[in-house]
Parts: sequence; structure tokens; C-alpha cells
Amino acid sequence: MPKDIPVIEQILSANDQIAEQNRERLAKNRVHTINIMAAPGAGKTSLILSAIRGLRGIRRIGVIEGDVASDVDSVKIRQEGIPVVQINTGGGCHLDASQIRVALDQLPLNEIDLLFIENVGNLICPVGFDLGEQTRLAITSIPEGDDKPYKYPSIFHEVDALVISKIDLLPYIPFNIVEYRRLVRSIKPEIQLFEVSVVTGDGLAEWLEWLKTLSPRT
Amino acid sequence: MHELAVTENIVSVVTRHAQNAGAKRVTSIHLIIGELASIVDDCIQFYFDYMSRGTIMDGAQLFFERVPIKLHCGECQHEWSPAGGDWTCPACSAAQARVIAGREFTIDHIEVE
Repeated sequence: MPKDIPVIEQILSANDQIAEQNRERLAKNRVHTINIMAAPGAGKTSLILSAIRGLRGIRRIGVIEGDVASDVDSVKIRQEGIPVVQINTGGGCHLDASQIRVALDQLPLNEIDLLFIENVGNLICPVGFDLGEQTRLAITSIPEGDDKPYKYPSIFHEVDALVISKIDLLPYIPFNIVEYRRLVRSIKPEIQLFEVSVVTGDGLAEWLEWLKTLSPRT
Repeated sequence: MHELAVTENIVSVVTRHAQNAGAKRVTSIHLIIGELASIVDDCIQFYFDYMSRGTIMDGAQLFFERVPIKLHCGECQHEWSPAGGDWTCPACSAAQARVIAGREFTIDHIEVE
């Protein structure tokens, strides 16, 4: 006779457990970790580079780079003299907590205040996987268009902050930024919103100031 | 593509619970998936059929209970299901929505023999 067995367990419970261990380990080392999620080309690496340059001598930064393949991003970070670990997912569309656990072994955690995890370029898959971060950040760029809150409400709901990047392109691309802000805030009322261009430097001061508040130096 | 990782986790959680129950065979797996969890049912089934071959859950059927997004307005207490990405309250126009359903991503129960 078939019988019912209650399970009532999160499908990703194994990942969640490892993420919790990562979080404890990072907290113990006083590392504030930001999981950056965005589509390919939104400007994840450029934004991290802006933080490295803008906070040099003010906060000690480390980076975990997640990519399907290649080390072009981590090479750029390493040139800045910053500790970086490259994770190649070999086709995988997101990072998971166990990959981060391995990467943390390779970083000098006691010499890092602010750790950026650059997730694989993708607006869907990374959202479901807790890595052990304290802060979740999304980036959407002006060229991607202003319909993203309609198409991917989940990512806007699941992040603490959103950077709208490449705002120097606003004069050239139809993008209703007033409506965009309104939609994003309707999905996540308490979201921190930044509008930046790493080319012109617009908005960078606010972005850097916010990063400093996340990891107050002791 | 993350359906592969999701399916691996389903197989692993179900194996543990079936073994703890002393089951010989799992005949069905019942999942509760909120609309905010972006996964494709057919894709999970495809990976599952492949990964479950020769295991305790070979041939088991997957059932997906989809839970629509449900929001609660912090201003006027209205509850509704949004269509698309505008979560402004249709009753009072406040932008104070809180998700009360739609984030589920759970294995609810299994049927075993």
C-alpha cells in the first residue's frame, strides 16, 4: 500500500546550510559580503573596479569572480593589487554556497573589510541561491531597457540594493527612469537605489559612501 | 539551467526521507513552488527522469503545486495578486507591498511503497 510521508523541506536546504556556515565564518572575520547579480554586460566588474579605486586606503577589498568560463575579469581585479579568486562554473548559470566555501579558503579573510562576489551574468538563476552574503545587490543598465521589473520581478524583490548603471546613455536610449524607479520601489519599498555612470563618475560618490556604511572600519 | 541543480537537490532530499521511512520505492513527489521561484516544470521533469533512473524513485511522478504571488499592502491592508512588475496597491496606490505568498520552494510530501 502506498503511503504519504511528509517532507516539508526547502528544496535548496543543503545549499542554505552551507550558506549559513559561510555567513558565520565571514562575520567572525568581520568581512561584509555583497553578492552582485546582473545580466551579462550590465557593468558588474566596472562597478567593482570603481569601488576598488574609490575606496583604496579606506577599505580593504577582496573579490570572488564567478564566470561560466575565462579569467578576463579576475585579471583586471588582480592588476589593481586586490586578492581575487576566480570560479569557473563550466556552463553553470549561477554560483552556489559550496563554491563560495572553497573560494573563501583561498582568500586572506582577516585582511578584507568588503568582499564582492560577482555572480554569473544572469537575472534568474542566481537569485535562488544564498551564498552566505550579508547584502544582495542587483545592477541593471540603461541599454537593457526599462521593462525589466515586469519581466523579472523576483530579482528586484530579493535584493537589498539596486544600481542603475550607464546613466550617461539616458539621452540616447528610450528609458523612462521616473517610471522605472516607481516600479522598482513598488516591488521592494525599502530598496536602496543608486544611479551611476562609471564613465562620467555620476553617482559614484553616493555608491562609495553607502559601501563605507556597510563595513564600518573598527 | 539551474533546474539541473534544483533536481539534484530534490533527488537528494527525497532519498534521505525515503530511506528514513524504510521505503522500497517512491511513487510520487509533491512540490510546492511559488511563482517568484523561476523554474520550468517540464525541465525539472526531464532532468528527474534521467537522474532517477535505477534509484529508489525511478518512475516516480512529480507534482507541482504552483502558488501565485500574493501581496499585502502595509498602508490599507489590502491583499491581491499582482499582474506583472507593478506592485503598487490597486486599492490605495501605496508602494508598500509585502509578499505573503509566492516564494515557496519546498518538497511537501512523497508517496512511497
